Amino acid sequence: MSLTDELDDVLHEPLTLPLDAWHRDRGARMVPFAGYAMPVQYEGIIAEHQWTRAHAGLFDVSHMGQLEVSGEGAAQGLEGLLPGDIAALKSGRQRYSLLLAEDGGILDDLMVTNRGGTYYIVVNGATKWDDIGHLREHLPDAITLHHLDEHALLALQGPEAAQALVRLRLSPALADGRPVEALKFMEAAPYMWGAIPLGVSRSGYTGEDGFEISVRGADVTALADALCALEEVKPIGLGARDSLRLEAGLPLYGHDLTPETDPVSAGLAFAISKRRRTEGGFPGAARILHALAEGTPARRVGLALEGRMAAREGAAVYAGDTEVGRVTSGGFSPTLGHPIAMAYVDSDQAAEGTALAIDMRGKRLPARVVPMPFVPHRYHR
Amino acid sequence: MPRYFTEEHEWIDVDGGVGIVGITDYAQGQLGDITYVELPGVGDSVTKGESCAVVDSVKAASDIYSPVSGRVTETNAALEDQPELVNSEPDTGGWLYRVELSDAGELDSLMHKGAYDKFVAGL
Repeated sequence: MSLTDELDDVLHEPLTLPLDAWHRDRGARMVPFAGYAMPVQYEGIIAEHQWTRAHAGLFDVSHMGQLEVSGEGAAQGLEGLLPGDIAALKSGRQRYSLLLAEDGGILDDLMVTNRGGTYYIVVNGATKWDDIGHLREHLPDAITLHHLDEHALLALQGPEAAQALVRLRLSPALADGRPVEALKFMEAAPYMWGAIPLGVSRSGYTGEDGFEISVRGADVTALADALCALEEVKPIGLGARDSLRLEAGLPLYGHDLTPETDPVSAGLAFAISKRRRTEGGFPGAARILHALAEGTPARRVGLALEGRMAAREGAAVYAGDTEVGRVTSGGFSPTLGHPIAMAYVDSDQAAEGTALAIDMRGKRLPARVVPMPFVPHRYHR
Repeated sequence: MPRYFTEEHEWIDVDGGVGIVGITDYAQGQLGDITYVELPGVGDSVTKGESCAVVDSVKAASDIYSPVSGRVTETNAALEDQPELVNSEPDTGGWLYRVELSDAGELDSLMHKGAYDKFVAGL
């Protein structure tokens, strides 16, 4: 090994998150992900996947970027970069949105929450530094961007997530606050767990009911311990997080969404609010509004495969002998017992029920276009 | 019946010019939940060190490299419906294929159990 190789290793050594030792103590296999050492699995991906669908799984997603945008005109400033109706987002409400490039390509997907005039934004881990740079460059000077880099983020997901969180006896931090179980999907509020402040939203990335909990890094170990002491809660790794979100039909940035994909092709037109469609004024508005009106050459679809061999990212999709698209995510669905995939295919091959084939290692795997989610969402609405 | 190991974590039991090939317990643990195994065809030629099968886990597909050269005489039909046997019984019921060795001398470059265990301990 040369000196430059050694230097390279030092520079690219994954960073550790506050729960690093906690994961290792629980037998996690740690892998580098988004620049951090992250738990990919504990007892096994399928067991963890099924536990989350049946009970409650605790995910450490502290690699994600937690940002706060505040100041006079913060909503208008954000609307210059996102296609969502941020001005109409009520306090205590959360919304899915997209950070868009000038040409309408997707720079990142994110969640934005109105915390009483301050906007709390959660962005992807692998893109957070670029996002921060983009926001700093484009938001007006009067608006403050704060990176909450001393906060950890946990996701508690599954049909028993609410009962588990209730057992922690959180108290609303605001005078007019509601008990945590009264939150509905995409609502958020601050709570106290004893003397520890928590930012809780009813949301997640599994298709199940559940919560995302922002907590100071110094307090996250105690919270993770308290949650995993409950019989219905187990820690779940990134492996099951990926198979759960795939079944839920939720796109993964860097795979199903890239700067080359636009929101309409990606099936994310719902993130372009009605008022913004009328008024425009977001990056790539001309291209995106045209795509909304006229359709796009390709679309993101769900594919159900026959047999057991999974299709993987990059595999070519065929209609007869003609290549009509590429797989962007794929794997075995533990819930359904067969492989599933997301792919971008020519729009004339995107209708539900269309019979296609995926090329994997020279084999043609029969696949059918099916609606997403593959497994029904069970959000608490 | 002697068992030999590769650095790629395959094992082969050899008896009179015929070998049975599988992957080690360490390998199945690293791969995680196995959902599909793509086996060579009966009658196929395999070459030492070259990919001859693919093991699909929930997360990824991994190549299996043949520990020896030869001709495949049988594959483990049970894996078609129960690929998870590779996880639960990697040393026995989760075997992959049977092969007629073309050069028994190739075994000299493989490891015995003691050496393999040391190799894994050093990973």
